Amino acid sequence: MAKWIVGLCLAVWAISAFAGEAAPAASDPVLEARMMRISSELRCLVCQNQTIADSHAGLAVDLRQQVREMLQKGQSEQQILDYMTARYGDFVLYRPPFKATTALLWVGPGVMVVAGLVILFVVLRRRSRMPQDQFDPDAPEAAQDPHLT
Amino acid sequence: MKSLRFLVPLAIFLGLVVFLGAGLKLDPKEVPSPLIGKPAPAFALTRLDNVGQTIRREDLLGKVWMLNVWASWCVACREEHPLLVEFARKKLLPVYGLNYKDERSAGLRWLANFGNPYDASLFDQDGRVGIDWGVYGVPETFIIDREGVIRFKQIGPITPDVMRTQIEPLVRKLNG
Amino acid sequence: MIPEIGHFLLWLALGGSLVLGVVPLAGATWGRADWMAVARPITYALFALVAAAFACLVASFVRHDFSVLYVASNSNTALPLQYRIAGVWGGHEGSLLLWVQMLCVWMVAVARFSRHLPQAVLARILSVMGLVCVGFLLFMLITSNPFDRLFPAPADGRDLNPLLQDPGMVTHPPMLYMGYVGFSVAFAFAIAALIGGNLDATWARWTRPWTTIAWMFLTLGIAMGSSWAYYELGWGGWWFWDPVENASLMPWLLGTALIHSLAVTEKRNSFKSWTVLLAILAFSFSLLGTFLVRSGVLSSVHAFATDPRRGLFILAFLTVVVGSSFALYAWRAPTVGLGARFALLSKETALLANNVLFLVAAGAVLQGTLYPLFLDALGLGKISVGPPYFDSVFLPLMVPTVFLMGIGPMARWKEVELPALALRLRWAAGAAVLASLLTGWLAGEIRPVATLGLMMAYWIFTTVATDLWERIRPNGMGLSIAAQRVRQIPRALAGMMVAHLGVGVFCFGVVMVKAYEVERDVQMNVGDSTTVNGYTFTFRGVKELQGPNYQAVQGQMEVARADKKLTDLHPEKRVYRVQQNPMTEADIDAGVTRDLYVSLGEPVESGAWIVRVYVKPFINWIWGGCLLMALGGLLAVSDRRYRRKQGVQTP
Repeated sequence: MAKWIVGLCLAVWAISAFAGEAAPAASDPVLEARMMRISSELRCLVCQNQTIADSHAGLAVDLRQQVREMLQKGQSEQQILDYMTARYGDFVLYRPPFKATTALLWVGPGVMVVAGLVILFVVLRRRSRMPQDQFDPDAPEAAQDPHLT
Repeated sequence: MKSLRFLVPLAIFLGLVVFLGAGLKLDPKEVPSPLIGKPAPAFALTRLDNVGQTIRREDLLGKVWMLNVWASWCVACREEHPLLVEFARKKLLPVYGLNYKDERSAGLRWLANFGNPYDASLFDQDGRVGIDWGVYGVPETFIIDREGVIRFKQIGPITPDVMRTQIEPLVRKLNG
Repeated sequence: MIPEIGHFLLWLALGGSLVLGVVPLAGATWGRADWMAVARPITYALFALVAAAFACLVASFVRHDFSVLYVASNSNTALPLQYRIAGVWGGHEGSLLLWVQMLCVWMVAVARFSRHLPQAVLARILSVMGLVCVGFLLFMLITSNPFDRLFPAPADGRDLNPLLQDPGMVTHPPMLYMGYVGFSVAFAFAIAALIGGNLDATWARWTRPWTTIAWMFLTLGIAMGSSWAYYELGWGGWWFWDPVENASLMPWLLGTALIHSLAVTEKRNSFKSWTVLLAILAFSFSLLGTFLVRSGVLSSVHAFATDPRRGLFILAFLTVVVGSSFALYAWRAPTVGLGARFALLSKETALLANNVLFLVAAGAVLQGTLYPLFLDALGLGKISVGPPYFDSVFLPLMVPTVFLMGIGPMARWKEVELPALALRLRWAAGAAVLASLLTGWLAGEIRPVATLGLMMAYWIFTTVATDLWERIRPNGMGLSIAAQRVRQIPRALAGMMVAHLGVGVFCFGVVMVKAYEVERDVQMNVGDSTTVNGYTFTFRGVKELQGPNYQAVQGQMEVARADKKLTDLHPEKRVYRVQQNPMTEADIDAGVTRDLYVSLGEPVESGAWIVRVYVKPFINWIWGGCLLMALGGLLAVSDRRYRRKQGVQTP
């Protein structure tokens, strides 16, 4: 009887020993994280509206493997992006490179903000210097109405 | 004049409309190849029908040739295949196939069923050579000149129109 | 028969909207009261006709009438009822009919709640909306008829895209369209004012509630879309800067600017021509969005099946509507007065700076979305503009905007003294900095960009609190008086505070998730477990199951915390029978402070499964914040001044 119980306990212990901490899906999680980060900068050419990090397409899987291997060989992110661009053109980059044709794109928002605020400032300053008769008189009830924020 | 600046929104908008109109004729999904005008990427692949024989890029220098990327699992390839078979018969230039991410037996069977226009098919099982050539969707077709420079890429099946107006004139020009 | 009736009803509706577009407008121009009086009844009739046509399309879906091409393309005999109804707007033609339906709903609302408007103004407004309706009905009838027949009728349909077979499909598009289309009301008010020459504070007061309600719907619609993408797509993303998403964000940004600009115009009668321009712009961006999504010029997951001929029609329509509006603006706006005066440093200026920032933000999104098209059209190559670009451009723009959000409400109208203002805000600023550092420390790591983001969120909380404090206890009086004062805060002000708080909550959620979310990809055999942030996930295997129109493999995941079981999660991999595409359905344990997100990957040869586990802190604050924003809008429109008995009618 005792032998039977011991055998049972050993069996249970053996089974639970197999169910343990899950292994990471990738053999090198740090490299894998780098690969995914770089992959999220690259556009999947098959489906075209996902990054190769998110896409399930065959080409995306292949390219992720390519990135993985290049990282294992010690290549830098820029080298990997250059590799992809050499084969697929700038289209594959979700972050457009800064060149003559994209200068307007990158500089545009900054220019717009500065220009907008400068124009606002200039216009308002000009208005604040205009004589009172150019303006409407203050509507008294509107000025006191607490409902108007 | 003060009133001129009120026309700015209209002017910007009309400019935008011009671009949007132009955009209607473009295809946002088409990815042009950056390899046109550049040397063809190096490769060394075995023949589909003969595992013992390897063909390299250097073997094909000195002649104008066509590379057609195909696969037995590719439905659209069947569309252009009869056109290729007929084109190959004209013997304008050697036609090589790149059997992309396929199984040898499936590829050979497909050629037996639908015709074999290729001088040889290169077997690219893992698709690495395809990546080097910027292949993203089969079928794709390249024309390479005597110096080994890529001169043309067709994305998608070759149509009779493309064959007549782009491929054949280019081949004739490159052949001299 | 039903599809033919529906088609006929649409033709009748076209006729009705033509009459509506012309007669009242002419009546307002020539002072013909009988012509103007036609506006309301025709609006109600138009609504009835379109609603009946809509009902015909719904009926065709519910009855599985596959002889209708649109039904055959978007439905299937196995499709559950609620998705058959939602499928009505699952494709291009049907969603256009939804657009027109929503437009009619807004028109009826305007017709119904406009006793206080002078007859000429109402006539013009309804006519303008009628003309927009004409455009969309023509578009439908000429290029996109939802009632086109298909002979021979197939035995079964091609099914609704499985991604759309979700409760989100029932609510997100209608909500979104209510918002988009709702900006047509502000647009119509603006055009009517430009034509009639009555651009003033009263006009702003009339326009404001309509704009706020449309803005509310759009906020909710976008939030629903984002939340749906989050739980549906299987990898936890919730915003992709996809062209169609941008097409809904741009009107939202302009609508937000418009709400603030209307405040200036209503209170101070200032910057009227600017507000009118914004009203035209907001709806123009709605129309532009419609073009971008349906013309094929941009590639997007959301884009409908496209056709350059349809694109050309919408472009022509867009050019006519927006072009003539801008032309009208250029003609009439110079004659509009300057309104009341205000100093360079004032609440008015703060609100206008807000406008500039929102306008630039919308401009930046537009530029990013259209740039690939721009370069391609010029033959300068093909590029992609994606999330890395938008994130790096949009987020920095939001920093000064949020900073202003703290200052604006505290500034006085007409003139404000900067040192005094800074003094009032010093506590808020200090508290915001401290709180953000403390939060980073509690989360385990203080990160510079995250801290900046948290400072923004906390700045909003502390400034709203300061504002509230000043209003209820300006002289340090007792608590009961303070409570009374809270109740006395007008709803419009309360609405503003709640909406701003919503923005803060949203920012907080975004920063916490982006900075502190944890993802783990593991290979799990039965019985394996992995622990993330104190939560233990144990894999109990998979089981097969059958859905109404799909087959699935369902993972069994047990979740525990500190050895106490929390819940079971069941991520699935489904294959829908008709279209045969595989779909990953994640399972989420949602919470106020975090989401536990589990997604099933691929099976491995040994029988194990690749599983992706996420812990996403505070992610629901993103949509909670949007909800608060919408609630703020609701509070604002329920303000007593809109419910005052109207005795005065300005000519």
